[in-house]
Amino acid sequence: MPDLLIELFSEEIPARMQARAREDLRKLVTDGLVEAGLTYASAGAFSTPRRLTLAVEGLTAHSPTTREERKGPRLDAPEAALEGFLRSAGLTRDQLTARDDKKGQVWFATVEKPGRPASEIVAEVLDAAIRNFPWPKSMRWGAGSLRWVRPLHSIICLLSDEAGATVVPLTVEGIAAGNSTRGHRFLSPDAFTVSGFDDYAAKLRRAHVILDSAEREETIRQGAENLAFARGWQIVPDDALLAEVAGLVEWPVPLMGVIEERFLDLPPEVLQTSMKEHQKFFSARNPRTGRIEGFVTVANIETPDDGATILAGNQRVLAARLSDAAFFWQNDLREAKAGMQAWAEGLKSVTFHNKLGSQADRIERIAALAREIAPLVGADADQAERAAKLAKLDLRSAMVGEFPELQGTMGRYYALAAGEDEAVADAARDHYSPLGPSDAVPTTPVSVAVALADKIDTLTGFWAIDEKPTGSKDPFALRRAALGVIRLILGSDVRMRLETTSKLPLIRNLAAAVKESMLDQFAQTLNTTRNASRDSNLTEAEQKLLLSLFDAHTFGENFDPEATAENIAVGLDSKAADLLSFLHDRLKVYLRDQGIRHDIIDAVLAQPGNDDLVLVVNRATALNAMLQTDDGRNLTQGLKRAGNILAQAEEKDGVEYSFGADVKFAETDEERALFAALDTAEPAIRAAIKAEDFPAAMTAIAGLRAPTDAFFEAVQVNTDNQIVRRNRLNLLHRIRAAGQQIADFTKVEG
Amino acid sequence: MTSPNRPRSFQDIILRLQNYWAAQGCAVLQPYDMEVGAGTFHPATTLRALGGRSWAAAYVQPSRRPTDGRYGENPNRLQHYYQYQVIIKPSPANLQDLYLGSLRAIGLDPLVHDVRFVEDDWESPTLGAWGLGWEVWCDGMEVSQFTYFQQVGGHDCRPVSGELTYGLERLAMYVLGVEHVMDMPFNDPDAPIPLTYGDVFRQTEREYSRWNFDVADTDTLFQHFKDAEAECARILAADPVDAAGRTIPMAHPAYDQAIKASHIFNLLDARGVISVTERQAYIGRVRALAKACADLFVTTEAAQA
Repeated sequence: MPDLLIELFSEEIPARMQARAREDLRKLVTDGLVEAGLTYASAGAFSTPRRLTLAVEGLTAHSPTTREERKGPRLDAPEAALEGFLRSAGLTRDQLTARDDKKGQVWFATVEKPGRPASEIVAEVLDAAIRNFPWPKSMRWGAGSLRWVRPLHSIICLLSDEAGATVVPLTVEGIAAGNSTRGHRFLSPDAFTVSGFDDYAAKLRRAHVILDSAEREETIRQGAENLAFARGWQIVPDDALLAEVAGLVEWPVPLMGVIEERFLDLPPEVLQTSMKEHQKFFSARNPRTGRIEGFVTVANIETPDDGATILAGNQRVLAARLSDAAFFWQNDLREAKAGMQAWAEGLKSVTFHNKLGSQADRIERIAALAREIAPLVGADADQAERAAKLAKLDLRSAMVGEFPELQGTMGRYYALAAGEDEAVADAARDHYSPLGPSDAVPTTPVSVAVALADKIDTLTGFWAIDEKPTGSKDPFALRRAALGVIRLILGSDVRMRLETTSKLPLIRNLAAAVKESMLDQFAQTLNTTRNASRDSNLTEAEQKLLLSLFDAHTFGENFDPEATAENIAVGLDSKAADLLSFLHDRLKVYLRDQGIRHDIIDAVLAQPGNDDLVLVVNRATALNAMLQTDDGRNLTQGLKRAGNILAQAEEKDGVEYSFGADVKFAETDEERALFAALDTAEPAIRAAIKAEDFPAAMTAIAGLRAPTDAFFEAVQVNTDNQIVRRNRLNLLHRIRAAGQQIADFTKVEG
Repeated sequence: MTSPNRPRSFQDIILRLQNYWAAQGCAVLQPYDMEVGAGTFHPATTLRALGGRSWAAAYVQPSRRPTDGRYGENPNRLQHYYQYQVIIKPSPANLQDLYLGSLRAIGLDPLVHDVRFVEDDWESPTLGAWGLGWEVWCDGMEVSQFTYFQQVGGHDCRPVSGELTYGLERLAMYVLGVEHVMDMPFNDPDAPIPLTYGDVFRQTEREYSRWNFDVADTDTLFQHFKDAEAECARILAADPVDAAGRTIPMAHPAYDQAIKASHIFNLLDARGVISVTERQAYIGRVRALAKACADLFVTTEAAQA
């Protein structure tokens, strides 16, 4: 069983692409081998900045011979038909046998496809893998037309077994596969030959290349921790950085440096981000001071001076970077202490979206909405508004200009410097959260108010201009914003009617869109649609806001504020409803991950108050719990049965059975028992629903299970006696109505 | 770490690069005689990267980035600085080794320093150009940009050119161990009249910073932009056959106007009169000019293999 070694040796492969490339190489090659009929015991892929390597063990030396029987023409068919068959099968007449078939004697041939040697298959598979490699970005070089991530220089393609190693004959665009490679670019630049994977890995190590990225990561991690330990420091763990750095070096040599005293007052996030983003340094924390005081840089070389020159150079570059950062920090602090007016002013010229105005416009909307939401989340309205107005000002700071990922983090520092309350400053930091499904959700009231306002403004804005996510396209991350709204609401039990809450921000965003649109054109459209748009149904507050947002002076003579307001009002309800149903979809995804089936949520969403997500989730949770019980499942069947019988009867008779069931027409004990049960259950359910005590409502309705089952067991609803029949149908209605108070059980599956 | 091989001045480093690349067979050209933002704008790179004809050139290019002006006070930032540019087509297989040789030539020994090729894809929206490559790090500092051109002016590069760009001031400051660019020896510090970079450029940096940021007349600049754009279009639209019946398409004169428009745009940007949204539109207008020039150049003699 031979082993296969492949190495694709190139100029430096971007670190971020290496992990994926290893996997792609392994899959492309092993899939190709298997498809061609070879099997193998195991395969492992490796990468360094300059090479992609695949080692396949226990490959079969040949693909198996395959036999296929082919049916030819009948014995009495014309000669030409037989000759055609022989030609196409590549056979001669003496290789055919005649056998009986349904329609008489027919020629059969057994076509044997001989197995092929592994080397032939490997050559084809590797050639195709190289030509079709799915690099995220690839390039041509020189005068050639081959594409690779960077220029490809040499290929090892070697099959080896006990008898020795042979190069698989293969040439890709002038690069002939061989058995030689090179070591470290500077420490061991000479070419050497290898006889198999073990030999290859061992020789690479002698040539200052650690082949396995996991081993390089471990070397870096341990080296960095040892260096830190010697000073009593700790490395700030960063797996993404570790993987990246391991993809930048073949021979990692960690070196530790000290951050100059004059930079130690910078916020730790700034030090860490600057060192990571610009220099790919690890941060070292001094546990005694809690500050980041050192760094570890990872060189790709051992030098005669033990890295002294390299460290000095890195230290120098860091000092220049941190001088910039310190300069930004000092300037920003000065502006923060002066009240950040210049930043607020500056955001007027930063476009948020060309149809939704500037960042300053957006902040105005968020501040107004935060104020409206504040009482619902227990926040002080003035504080919420203030926080919303400050939360994004750091976007104009020099520091965030340099490090966009510090937005919010810097906002908190600057708000504190400006003398704002902790709660307001925290909101600046936290209002972007939650960013992902696993990101922490803010829970302090002011932060919740601003975070909700931020996301609801985003959603209503893009709904206003019909930029909704489609399929996999969600350029404005609206699904993430919707999930954020859901998690914020549920995280703090916010009782909010989303459909109502979204109307005012929708109006503000629609108004912004109008302001940003071509005014003359718009005025014209307005005049023509004016008469068509009379029947809006805005509340007084909504109308007032709408009119206040428009000023005839801004829009010239042709502008008619009332018509504009009406035009906006048209479609407002449908936009709000559409947005709500988007949120419901996200809620379903969210609850499914929590183990609640989509049909249960559908059953609950059919109830009134479905834009109050806390209510929806409480209902769904209680219903879900009930459906886990025998009573719950059986009751559902009973409710569905009652519903079906009623629906049939109502369709047949053309009337609705909804009133007048009277126990005096009951003929059986089971009927009377059901009447009694309903008499108890109905008020209990009503009271429980009113108190939003859904578990109690579920218990109350579950009490109907036994009498309902007994009723259907003993009673025939459709009897000949019309009075009795009608009475029973009206009784069924009482069951249906009891269920409907809780959920639409027809939507529950099973 | 003083050794006889170490350069002693800014100009020493430039001269060593010139000698090195001359020895590698490059035509050592002179700077282009127009204001440009980077060495790439020199027609020896932009236009010569197009078409099938082989090419190898190296040159210093004075470059202007008005927004980077700091009145000569910032240790690293200048509105006028020098780039060293090498362009070879087709890119030779040993271009990385050639490049590393140039570092040795200026006293950076890769066995003592940590030289790394770190992913950095290059794109010039104004030139409609992009390529893949790296920024080259020496001890954590970016010392060069290394790019394999894939497209210029919207045209696929066939063959591919390899482009090397050295930021000369930064590189020289590192090699010479200088903390502030203005303190860097321009000529030999032991010369009878030693001059620092500051002696040569401190005053001009101050003057141009003021003019770029506060004084340049924006109405005039807007008009210049329009004029350059119009003239470029006019040259491109001209009949390639002249009055005497000679076929002379004028790709280079048209491209000069594109360069001019690009620099005027940079000046307007420094004056802060171009909004974020307008920015994209202006870049698009310059790109349209550069592309049209490239379209014409590829039809000319200099682009044929």
